[in-house]
Amino acid sequence: MTERKTSPDLIIRSYTYNLPVENIDTDQIIPAQFLTTTEREGLGKFCFYAWRFNEDGTKKDINPLLDHQPDRHRVLVAGSNFGCGSSREHAPWALLDFGFRAIISSRFADIFRNNSLKNGLIPVTAEEHIIRYLHKHPDSIVNIDIGRRELTVGDYGTFDFPLDPFSVFCLTRGIDQLDFILQNEQEISAHEQRYSK
Amino acid sequence: MTQQSRTDSTLFEKVWQRHLVREESAETPAILYIDLHLLHEVTTPQAFAELKKRGLRVRRPDRCLATIDHSTPTSPPDADGRRHYVTGQAQAQVETVQRNCEEHGIVLHGWDSPNRGIVHVIGPELGTTQPGITIVCGDSHTSTHGAFGALAFGIGTTEVGHVLASQCLLQSKPKTLGIRIEGKLAPGVTAKDVILFIIGEIGVDGGTGSVIEYYGSTVRAMDMDGRMTLCNMSIECGARAGMVAPDDTTFDYLEGRPMAPRDEDWDTAVTDWKTLKTDSGAEYDAQVDIDATRIRPSVTYGTHPGMVVAVDEMIPSASANESITAALEYMEFQAGKSLADESVDVVFIGSCTNSRLSDLRAAASIMKNRKVADGLRVLVVPGSEEVRRAAEAEGLDHVFTEAGAQWREPGCSMCIGMNGDIAAPGELVVSTSNRNFRGRQGPLSRTILASPLTAAASAITGKVSNPQQFLEVDND
Repeated sequence: MTERKTSPDLIIRSYTYNLPVENIDTDQIIPAQFLTTTEREGLGKFCFYAWRFNEDGTKKDINPLLDHQPDRHRVLVAGSNFGCGSSREHAPWALLDFGFRAIISSRFADIFRNNSLKNGLIPVTAEEHIIRYLHKHPDSIVNIDIGRRELTVGDYGTFDFPLDPFSVFCLTRGIDQLDFILQNEQEISAHEQRYSK
Repeated sequence: MTQQSRTDSTLFEKVWQRHLVREESAETPAILYIDLHLLHEVTTPQAFAELKKRGLRVRRPDRCLATIDHSTPTSPPDADGRRHYVTGQAQAQVETVQRNCEEHGIVLHGWDSPNRGIVHVIGPELGTTQPGITIVCGDSHTSTHGAFGALAFGIGTTEVGHVLASQCLLQSKPKTLGIRIEGKLAPGVTAKDVILFIIGEIGVDGGTGSVIEYYGSTVRAMDMDGRMTLCNMSIECGARAGMVAPDDTTFDYLEGRPMAPRDEDWDTAVTDWKTLKTDSGAEYDAQVDIDATRIRPSVTYGTHPGMVVAVDEMIPSASANESITAALEYMEFQAGKSLADESVDVVFIGSCTNSRLSDLRAAASIMKNRKVADGLRVLVVPGSEEVRRAAEAEGLDHVFTEAGAQWREPGCSMCIGMNGDIAAPGELVVSTSNRNFRGRQGPLSRTILASPLTAAASAITGKVSNPQQFLEVDND
C-alpha cells in the first residue's frame, strides 16, 4: 500500500530466471491459503508455494524454482499473460520479497500490472522473439532502464518497452501517488458538489 | 458533459465521462471519482494500516460498504454461539475489518447483519449497486456489478487505500470491446454456459486492457442474476470490467430495494438511467459476435477458464500446445476422451458467480426427489443471508439436504477455499465458481467449472453430466 520508494532500482541489472509457462495466475504466485494475513511483509516464503513445496511442507526435489538464487536472479522471464486471475496485491508483494524486481512477459494481466507498478515491481512487456531468446538462454544478463524504458538483453539487442509516463515519473522521482491525488482536493470537492454527492 | 453529448458514445464512455475529476493527459492518468467502495476482510487490512500510518481518515465512509465473506466459516456456530475459523489468522483478519470499519464509521454487514453475504451478491441485493455509478473493490470479481450498467472493477490494496483516503483512483482510459450475443438459448443452457463459451472463444487474455459491453437479444432476455453471472467472469478473459446497459429488467430488480432511490427520486433516476446505453453511431474499439444458438452446456477441462468444451464433447487434442498438455496432465484427463467418464468427488454450488436464488432454484430443479451419487460430497452455499432466507422460504434447503447435499451458511467458501472449505488433493470438483486454476479449491484439487444445472446433474450421476437429459425427462 505504501508507494515504496524504489529509487535505488531505476536500473535493474541482473541475471534472468526462466519460468516458461503461460497464464501464470495469482493463485500460483501466492495460493489463497496464505491470504489471511493482515501484513504485507514476509510473503516471499509463500511465493509459488505449491510449485516449490510438497503437501507436508517439505521442499520438492524437482521444482521449477529450484535453481533460483535471490541475489543473482532478480528478473523473472515468464510466458504470456502473467498475473491473470485475482486482484490480490499479495502477488507482487510475494514476488518482491522472493527477490524479483522485474518480470519479463509478452503480456500482463491488467490488475497485476497495476499492482506491481504501485510497489516498484517492473512489468516489462517484450515481444515474443525476445522471450523465446531468453527462454533458450537461461541465466542471461539483462539491463532494465526504467527511465529510458529500455530492455537490453545480453548481446541480443536493446528494445523499448511500454510503461506509462506517469508510472515512470513516479518511480524515477519517488512521487507518492496518493499525495498526487490528494493535491486535487478542490477538484474532488467540486465534483462531489456538481453531482450532489 | 455538454461536449460529450454532441457525439455518439458507448455506455462505458458515458459512465467514464461522468466521473472524471480530472481528464487524462499525455503525462498523467485520469482521476476518476468512485461512487461506491465495497470492502471485505482480505484485501483491506494493509490499506487501513497505511491510512493510519499517514494519519489520514476515510474521506467518505458513507460511500463504503463492507462485509465478511472470504475467511468466514460456512458451518453454523456451535452450541455456545462460537464460530470455528480455519485458523486463528482467519479470525484475526475478520476481527481486523470489524475494528477498522468501527473506527472509521463504515457500515459493515458482519455476523449480526441480516444482509451479510458475498460482497458481489449483497451490493445488488441492497440496491446499492445502481446504473451509471462507479464501483470498486479489492476483488477482481467486482466486474459482477457491471450487469446494472455500472462501471465496476477490481483494484489492489494500494488502490483500496487511495479510494479510502480520496474517493478517487488514477486510471488510464481502457479500450472497449463489444460482445454481441444473439439468439435464443437452448433449454438447459444458462448465462454461465454463455460466458464459459465466450472465454473459450476469445481466450483468457482476449479482453485484456478493455471494458466489455455485452449486448444483443440473448442479453436482453437474461434476468439480472444471469447478467451478473455474465459480467462476473469478464475478468476471466482479462477484461477490466463487463457492462450491460440497464433496461426495464434492471429497473424492476432495483425498485423497492433498501438503498434504491424512492418516490420522485426514483422517477428522476430511471429517466437518467434510460440514457445509459451505447448510441447507434458509437463504435467499440473491438467487436465480437456470438451466436447463442450454438452454445451447449459448457464445462472446463483444463487449468484456466478458457479451456472449455461442451459437456458431452471430446477433450480437444493437445496438438503440441504445451499449456494444454500440462493442463491435461494435471487434470489427469486425456485428449480425445469425453469428460462424461470422469468420476466426480465433490460438487460445489455457490460463489459470486452462481449463488443467487435463481442458481439455487436451477440446481434444486434437478436434485428434487433425487439422491446424490454414493460417496459424493455436495456443498450448496447461498451467496447471502437474503438468498438463504428466500431459498429456505421455498424449501430449497430441504430439497438439497434430502438429496444428500450440505446446506451451508453464506460465504465464498470453496470457490477460493480460504475458510477451510476445500477439496482434498487429487479430488475432482464440479464447481459453479469462476476459476479452475491449479490448486484453487485446495492444494492439488482439480476443478471443472460448470453451471448450477450441470453441477446438479453431475451430483446426481456422480459423473460429469449434461443437465439436458434431466430436463427432457422432467418435461415428459
